[in-house]
Amino acid sequence: MTAATAPLTPLDPLGPSSPRRWSAPAADTALIFGRYARQTLRSRYQMAFGILQPLLYLVFFGPLLTHVRLGSAGSSWQVLVPGLLLQLSLFGSAFAGFSIIIEKNHGIVERMRCTPVSRLALLLGRVLRDACLFVAQGVLLVLAALAMGLRAPLPGILIGFAFVGLLTVSLASLSYAVALNVDRPQEYGPLVNAFTMPSMLLSGLMLPMTLAPGWLNAISHLVPFRYLVDGMRDAYLGHYATGAVLEGVAVALALAACSLTVGTRVFRRAGA
Amino acid sequence: MVAKFKCPCFPGHVKLIETTGLTRTFQSRRGPVHAVRGIDLTVPEGEILGFLGPNGAGKTTTLRMLTTLLPPTGGTARVAGCDLAADTAGVRRRIGYVAQSSGVDPHISVLEELVTQARLYRLSKAQAATRAEELLHDLDLTALAHRPTGALSGGQRRRLDIAMALTHRPPLLFLDEPTTGLDPRSRADLWQLVRRLRDEHGTTVFLTTHYLDEADALADRIVVVDHGLISAEGTPAELKTRYAGSADATLQDAFLAITGHDLTTGTTGTTGDDPTAGSARRRTRSHA
Repeated sequence: MTAATAPLTPLDPLGPSSPRRWSAPAADTALIFGRYARQTLRSRYQMAFGILQPLLYLVFFGPLLTHVRLGSAGSSWQVLVPGLLLQLSLFGSAFAGFSIIIEKNHGIVERMRCTPVSRLALLLGRVLRDACLFVAQGVLLVLAALAMGLRAPLPGILIGFAFVGLLTVSLASLSYAVALNVDRPQEYGPLVNAFTMPSMLLSGLMLPMTLAPGWLNAISHLVPFRYLVDGMRDAYLGHYATGAVLEGVAVALALAACSLTVGTRVFRRAGA
Repeated sequence: MVAKFKCPCFPGHVKLIETTGLTRTFQSRRGPVHAVRGIDLTVPEGEILGFLGPNGAGKTTTLRMLTTLLPPTGGTARVAGCDLAADTAGVRRRIGYVAQSSGVDPHISVLEELVTQARLYRLSKAQAATRAEELLHDLDLTALAHRPTGALSGGQRRRLDIAMALTHRPPLLFLDEPTTGLDPRSRADLWQLVRRLRDEHGTTVFLTTHYLDEADALADRIVVVDHGLISAEGTPAELKTRYAGSADATLQDAFLAITGHDLTTGTTGTTGDDPTAGSARRRTRSHA
């Protein structure tokens, strides 16, 4: 790429092209992340509306629980806030797929798939943006909860954010993978509802499943988010080395690994 | 930058596309759909190839295979000197692809999209900025650099699409129906640009189009596909003489004789289009 060459003159067709670098996937991820982070910062709506739903629950539902016995050691806020944080991630990630349907229809996904960019980076750059967005919204939610009366140890709160980040990486990956196989937003909406509502109800996001009858409790053990909620609630109580926290971490990591694998596969060979 | 390779004794010796029995079969609920049944194609360096065919003939599927977007189910291909199956990344580094849908975000500025595109091809930040400047200047887009791409006219958008496809100086450029929807003036400008890329810079161009006058005006050689196979190939003059009986005939007459389709109006002649093939393919593709 010397200055002496005319701008439109192509490279030698059989000559060496740009070299492969070992750091390429990381650089690619940073590049894709930057593109979508800038896009998010440009649209203030996305920042504001995502947090609205959990904030409404916090303000209008949270106070109902303060005198209810939830079978938990701490205050009702220590039970509710972890659930709301994961709810934020669950709904936000599920809706992330909408954006890629629009991009697909613009031909953006295909245009990028035609470049040598790492397929993992195409996915990871996007889901890391989502993870940052929802953790940032989670911080706002926790600040609001502190004002409402939440008291929890700082390490527990930080562990909670890690859970939010991991869950977002997993669910956003799946969300993009599914959305890439759907042609219109109208088809994707019902899929999102069919997935998010049962997930929310069956994982005990709003109220702990320890309150549930045996059959419901048994079903909820089949829903992976259940383990994340339980682990996060323990962390909010200041119990870090419990079985629930370890199970939560294990499930979150396994889910993230599977989802990233599935998502990357779709970017590698999708009808995008 | 390596000096441009020209074989002194045998110009046009370098083959930028070479396929043997290239095939793509889709699985649909109603059984296999044979979109491309075995295409043997050779495109030498510096040629503008017009790739024509009626809707559902396998044009787009072939193009998607050659641009690495869709893996073939049979046959082999070398594109820009790299094996399509074994060195997909190599192919991607050496080709430029202008799809029908332009592939830019309407809210992002022209300059930002160009720089990002150059960096997707692993140019450094500084290289990408320089390259974007050059291309903006050469494709007459400098004044629009900071506009969101959604604010561009159809012709300006197409020039941006071509600039995007040239960021990494590909020796081989794929254009998928590049002038569809353009006004006559923008169309003429685009033809000019394609000729310039080839005549002055030696770029090899693989072009699909629905406009026979476009193929006639631009292409050195035309390949007509129908039902997933090549049904005719030659220079525009050869096709006219061979199929329409006279070099003075229109390419339209030749095309009708070859495929039984009238490409411009979409009406079907004797062979009959298979409307199910297209929809089945779309369906299978969306579930791939």
